[in-house]
Amino acid sequence: MILALLGLGVGIILGSFCPLIVPVTYSKLFSVALLAGLDAVFGGFRSALDDRFDNMVFMSGFFINGLLAAFLVYAGDRLGIDLYYVALLAFGLRIFQNLAIIRRYYLRKRG
Amino acid sequence: MITYKRGHLSIAFVCMVLGFMLALQFRIAMDQKSSLPYQRVEELSTRLLEAEKERDALREKVASLQNAQPTPDGTAEGERRLKELRLRSGLTPLVGPGVVVTIDDSKIQSKAGENQNLYIIHDDDLLKVINELRAAGAEAISVNGQRLIATSEIRCAGPTLSVNNVRSAPPYEIRAIGDSATLESALRMRGGVMETLQVWGIQLEVKVSQEVAVPAYKGAAQFSYAKEAEEASS
Repeated sequence: MILALLGLGVGIILGSFCPLIVPVTYSKLFSVALLAGLDAVFGGFRSALDDRFDNMVFMSGFFINGLLAAFLVYAGDRLGIDLYYVALLAFGLRIFQNLAIIRRYYLRKRG
Repeated sequence: MITYKRGHLSIAFVCMVLGFMLALQFRIAMDQKSSLPYQRVEELSTRLLEAEKERDALREKVASLQNAQPTPDGTAEGERRLKELRLRSGLTPLVGPGVVVTIDDSKIQSKAGENQNLYIIHDDDLLKVINELRAAGAEAISVNGQRLIATSEIRCAGPTLSVNNVRSAPPYEIRAIGDSATLESALRMRGGVMETLQVWGIQLEVKVSQEVAVPAYKGAAQFSYAKEAEEASS
């Protein structure tokens, strides 16, 4: 847990001071990838609570989901189908679902 | 509490990547928010600068064209004629007795179902006033600083009026040089233009002055189509 938070902090610091900038044309893809990553992390957190945490699933979920999401949005852009909003909706829904489950877990533990 | 079976480092790594992406995305969002209006401002200011440059260049051109007018052929007669023509064509600022008419849109609220256009100034209202002034012998007339010459137009341009292709918004100030008493009475005539316009609440104010200054025509005076021709005997 501490290691994870430490990693997050290091990442934020790195990101804040990194001179790299994502061009505006790719900012959509990047935000979808970010959302996919967030989804994977919340999913992993939830599965850890359920004692079903699998490192491989978590790692692959994080990276492959992010890349796939970005790729799908890119392909949709090319085909004239705006998958961006679909991805936002799908990942957003899952994040909120996972959050609800995590919240309930802690409530049950306390009660 | 939560126990990770293995791969603590990998989780930390994933979290680091996530934090990196979060920070990057945050920065992009901030950048976009701050840079878009800036870009607009920059674009607008460069365009303003360009327009100003163009205006200055055109002004210089006007000045040089006006200076390039044929000089009188030395004789006193020629000089007198040139002066008179310049006076007539509105190339010299003039001053003299006359009236200053200020016209503004109506303050009356239009009633429901009534045409709102009746309460705002139109080109024909202005034309009526100017026509009346000319009929009363006005020698030089300007509208909001634009001298009326032979080719001047007065027309609606959206909510504004365009005179000499320069737009201006109400209130309109018409300056006319002439016999001030005649000019004033021509406007105030019973059933005349002033009365008609005031029915609609259009604010018309006539001020008699002994020192009315009418500016010179500022545009370029050049004909590109009309050529001089021998007077045909019909």
